[in-house]
Amino acid sequence: MTLNQQRKLKTFITGLFAWTVALVLFFPIFWMFITSFKTELQAISVPPSLFFEPTLENFKVVQERSDYVHHALNSVITSFGSTFIALVIAIPAAYSMAFFPGKRTKDILLWMLSTKMLPAVGVLVPIYILCRDYGLLDSRTALVIIFTLMNLPIIVWMLFSYFKDLPKEILEAARMDGATPWDEVVKVVLPLSVGAISSTALLSIVLCWNEAFWSLNLTASEAAPLTAMIASYSSPEGLFWAKLSAASTLACAPIVIFGWFCQKQLVQGLTFGAVK
Amino acid sequence: MKRSITRLLMAPSVIMLLVWMIIPLSMTIYFSTIRFNLLYPGQNNFVGLMNFEFFITDPGFIPAVANTLILLLSVLIITVVLGVILSALIDKPFFGQGIVRVLLISPFFIMPTVNALIWKNMMMNPVYGIFAWISQSFGLEPIDWLSSYPLMSVIIMVSWQWLPFAILVFVTALQSQDTEQKEAAQMDGATGLHIFRYLTIPHLARPIAVVVMIETIFLLAVFAEIFVSTGGGPGYDSTNLAYLIYNQALLQYDVGVASAGGLFAVLLANIVAFFLIRAVGKNLTV
Repeated sequence: MTLNQQRKLKTFITGLFAWTVALVLFFPIFWMFITSFKTELQAISVPPSLFFEPTLENFKVVQERSDYVHHALNSVITSFGSTFIALVIAIPAAYSMAFFPGKRTKDILLWMLSTKMLPAVGVLVPIYILCRDYGLLDSRTALVIIFTLMNLPIIVWMLFSYFKDLPKEILEAARMDGATPWDEVVKVVLPLSVGAISSTALLSIVLCWNEAFWSLNLTASEAAPLTAMIASYSSPEGLFWAKLSAASTLACAPIVIFGWFCQKQLVQGLTFGAVK
Repeated sequence: MKRSITRLLMAPSVIMLLVWMIIPLSMTIYFSTIRFNLLYPGQNNFVGLMNFEFFITDPGFIPAVANTLILLLSVLIITVVLGVILSALIDKPFFGQGIVRVLLISPFFIMPTVNALIWKNMMMNPVYGIFAWISQSFGLEPIDWLSSYPLMSVIIMVSWQWLPFAILVFVTALQSQDTEQKEAAQMDGATGLHIFRYLTIPHLARPIAVVVMIETIFLLAVFAEIFVSTGGGPGYDSTNLAYLIYNQALLQYDVGVASAGGLFAVLLANIVAFFLIRAVGKNLTV
């Protein structure tokens, strides 16, 4: 074998291996997707059937039974709403910490991150009671507030690690030209950070969309996002796998497709810029 | 810029997080010292440390602590070890790299409730599941995963979700590895294994630290997977702390004991976080 052939063979083996790993990991999702187009009988056939006449019946039933659109709207409102609010609060904080660091900036950042370590169960009861007393049980308001606070530390940290890498000279030049701090942020920092801000926002949206602890415990029907709607299909009332799959496909499709388009930025974002 | 303005810009974030931390936490501390059962309203007398005693002597307590730590460590080990190996193996250009990347990351976007349902029904069901079909094809007795190996089933589900994340982070990190260094090592006769051990692993130190930290934050709080799939059972075999406390508070209405449990979970998380932030903090540039 020549060196070239050897290299080609190596590439082929790498590719084969990578594809195998990817397909194995993706298989459950593929199977869920396929099953959602089957009849209930086909869904539980042994051996599993791969070729069948697809039906859209399940999707219709899911919409009728659990009002998919209503829950999807809840998911969209809570995840986009809380992400927006968190960004508005986090940008000034990250800006001030990145460009005007004090002695305790690092401590404040680590403290913020450590609030993420606080397990949600530790405060479940008080939050539940507070929501009950203020009539916020099963309300989107409660979820938006909680999601905002839940992701705030990560958002501040991600923006901070991006801002601190911005060249300080640009800001100094702007200041020389008489820019006010407001101008600095709006006309210099923000335009330079569109990428970082959007990848932070993406991550926050994904985390909110898939959040299940608070949505399971604080909502029932009115404000229940998709995570909670799906859980209602877990009851052992029989094997309705096709409908279950249809509901799951509907619940995950928006965020998975959304994720496919921005997976690169997401990884960069989630690793606080540690990986470029 | 003036100190006061920088403080003002930070204030909303800091104050909101402080409030978010202090109010519920002090309420939890207060509730944990009184008798507080939603079924017996108005009997909220001070009971000292009795709730803690109840929680710690609960038959589910020791299994729950053990399961929480086993779940955390197993998933961390599986995702980091497999993640490093797999990413090193696929870190070369090949056909359809973009599509593979997209397929690989997908499980990370699946919500925990759906994750649990797919695995519980379509993969692990002892009669109709894919695993059962595979075992039968080989003439083996199908395994009832959720009742025979409940904790392992949960570990599989959670690892499935986080392995793609680890792989993707490591692959991205490997792309910034110095190829000249690698080639030089090859010239000097280093084997692939040597390169992996002495060049790749050190290069991945920081990404590994980051992955461990992020996963720990989420793994200590695994809840939906258990809630949907095993319900903590059979017995306490797959109950973790989060689920045990949920059980006390919302199923047995005993807020006092649940609050004591909540404080214990906070303590455990702090112990883990203490070691973690010390270890990882060095690796995060601030």
